[in-house]
Amino acid sequence: MSAPRSSSTHDAQGRPLVAVTGVGIVTSLGRGAAENWDALTAGRSGIRSIARFPTEGLRTRIAGTVDFLDTDPLVAPLLSERFATVAAEEAVAQSGIGARFPGGLFVAVPPVEMEWPQRQALAEAAGEPDEVTYGGLQRAAASRRFDAWHDLFIFGTVADRIADRFGTKGSPISLSTACSSGATAIQLGVEAIRRGEMEAALCIGTDGSVNPESLIRFSLLSALSTQNDPPEGASKPFSKNRDGFVMGEGAAALVLESAESARARGATILGYVLGCGEKGDGFHRTRSSPDGAPVIAAMRAALDDAGLAPDAIDHVNAHGTSTPENDKMEALGCSAVFGERVSRLPISSNKSMIGHTLTAAGAIEAVVSLLTIRHGRIPPTINYAVPDPALLLDVVGTARDVPVSRVLSNSFGFGGQNTCLVLGDEPA
Amino acid sequence: MSRRDRAVVVTGLGLVSCAGEGIEAHLAAFAAAGPPRTDAESFAPYPVHPVAPLALDTQIPKKSDQRQMEAWQRLGVYAAGLALDSAGVKDDSGFKSALQLIVAAGGGERDYAVDGAILTGLRGTNDPGAYLNERLLNDLRPTLFLAQLSNLLAGNISIVHGVTGASRTFMGEESSGVDALRIGHARIASGQVETMMVGGSYSAERPDVMVVHEMGGYLLKPDYRPVFERGDGGGFVLGSAAAFLVLESAEHAAARGARALARLMPVANDRVARAPGSVSASLTRLIGEAGIERPDVVLSGATGLRDLAAEEVAGIRAALPETGIRATGDLIGHPLEVAAPFGAALAAAFCAAGSAREVVVTSVGHRRGEGVIRVVAA
Repeated sequence: MSAPRSSSTHDAQGRPLVAVTGVGIVTSLGRGAAENWDALTAGRSGIRSIARFPTEGLRTRIAGTVDFLDTDPLVAPLLSERFATVAAEEAVAQSGIGARFPGGLFVAVPPVEMEWPQRQALAEAAGEPDEVTYGGLQRAAASRRFDAWHDLFIFGTVADRIADRFGTKGSPISLSTACSSGATAIQLGVEAIRRGEMEAALCIGTDGSVNPESLIRFSLLSALSTQNDPPEGASKPFSKNRDGFVMGEGAAALVLESAESARARGATILGYVLGCGEKGDGFHRTRSSPDGAPVIAAMRAALDDAGLAPDAIDHVNAHGTSTPENDKMEALGCSAVFGERVSRLPISSNKSMIGHTLTAAGAIEAVVSLLTIRHGRIPPTINYAVPDPALLLDVVGTARDVPVSRVLSNSFGFGGQNTCLVLGDEPA
Repeated sequence: MSRRDRAVVVTGLGLVSCAGEGIEAHLAAFAAAGPPRTDAESFAPYPVHPVAPLALDTQIPKKSDQRQMEAWQRLGVYAAGLALDSAGVKDDSGFKSALQLIVAAGGGERDYAVDGAILTGLRGTNDPGAYLNERLLNDLRPTLFLAQLSNLLAGNISIVHGVTGASRTFMGEESSGVDALRIGHARIASGQVETMMVGGSYSAERPDVMVVHEMGGYLLKPDYRPVFERGDGGGFVLGSAAAFLVLESAEHAAARGARALARLMPVANDRVARAPGSVSASLTRLIGEAGIERPDVVLSGATGLRDLAAEEVAGIRAALPETGIRATGDLIGHPLEVAAPFGAALAAAFCAAGSAREVVVTSVGHRRGEGVIRVVAA
């Protein structure tokens, strides 16, 4: 008796295989897969001193901002839309699927709210003689001069505009699972294709929220590195002297298609999303369960969903934020899932170079995972000068040439969000 | 291999609004059909439908948890607790550790005093960048961020109630509530998961949301009027509300001896470009797609914007000329993301009470999205 086997169109559970036929990426390192791949494998950092706004008085004055794209006004939802559009244009063009996208849209977007320049403009228009109040802002809003900002600052607009731009079908999904959002966008697309609801899905993670209040919020939670000098040395995943993450920006887009449909139209298949796993954690708002059980469960769920044993994984694209807590828990989780093999299983964190791209991270790192498979080269974890001896990992300190067929990509977020993906070159 | 036709049943409901808390309070308020409780003073000129007073300790026992949440999260965690109670699983850690969540939500409250003081101070400074940095660093509560983050309603439900299967948070105003129900249903129907809790929470009693919705002129002033009788362009009256539904495959519910309150059918929704007549046509088509037969009532989530409400009613009438239409806005106001989950929960309550065999819930977003939800007796 042999175990059920996958075919070229269906996995071992009889579900449609989900192929990737297009990818697009924007980070602080550049625009497009080629530019990003060159920089990532060269070990170049996109982290720099923040130029977008004054950083006087801040403990953290660095970030991986995308400075070569901008918007007017320069606000998070517009930047996020711009990054997403650029990434999706690349992915859709590569897929050759056409100008009217024949499937749904799943886009991970940062939470939206009005920003300080707009509050200030309303306050000025209100002209209250003494204290500025929300009553004054409301009266200014009622002047009708600011009506265009309504759509800018509601949650559905980014997805709405991307849906219009690419002609996706049905109701677009805007979602958040905090720092695992990008992976969740992919998971939702995979699930929809497996259900047979659609033959293709456009899955995007995007984040353009490096602004004073977002930075300060993370700073107040002591989540950010304060090693501002030199900026490119601050993000040190798995190092003993790691002291927090560095905010990053960017977007990635993936065109997912049922393998059957991709083959039928003669598309080039770049790889497959073989499995998705998730597990909630009710321990604490920002910390993982001390035993790592939810992180472990999410990784195992992704492997189970892919129908693979841990030994089938060649490389872990880590969440690797460079916070003391995350890297410790991720190492603990990997040790539990991979056993003693963890010390020989190459693991690397793209965040060492591009920072933590938050809502976009899961999608960006899935794209990097696919590029890793295609090129047989694992991008390094830069700044790995002082290994944390407590973490028994094979951290890739310089780009490593090695055949890679299957990657586990981890994403973990505030609020007990844990989402893992298994990406591969061939069906399991 | 398709298992898309598995029946999905509702086994738990949690409701909180200006009409009170729980199933009975809402059935009674619907039957009474009086005007909803309205506060036209606190946020004048904007009326709101304030949430009924809640005994928070009954669902959120730890004061430390209550303190770490803002109102929108407390309402949602409270309603989620009611839904778990109603499903008989509050103390079933096995059930809750497998239970997955889809939450439809926006974001949380701001610190209004801090914002006002900063905006006041910014007028008098020569170095606004440094001033803003200094004030935010010193005046923002570190935990406020977590009380604002969209996915932290789900996070708090995990922490307070031990619901730890996994969660996804959908954003995007009214349509996110419809999408949450659609995808929650589809995942169970297709066999991807056995149990889900779907819902959302909205706090209307906060001046920042009135700024956002006054931009564009979407709010009704200065007094509540029934949703379908609003003059000029109409507008919405924001309402604080939370609604959660525990959904299960019928087999799963039967196996644990749970009562099916109602059956949720596949949700039909779309997002058409807005042009005269397009919303009507979309709704009519979606009613067909949803397989509506002979509904006892249509529960409309109409926002109160006059033209959209007229299109919605026309779209429903074209498909269901005989069926009465009631606006949930006349019961709880407009709670954006929560409108569709609330309507679906109320529909399930009617079916469970034996007062309806089939209920249609409609949702037309104020900027985008049309949805039709069909709930039938189990």
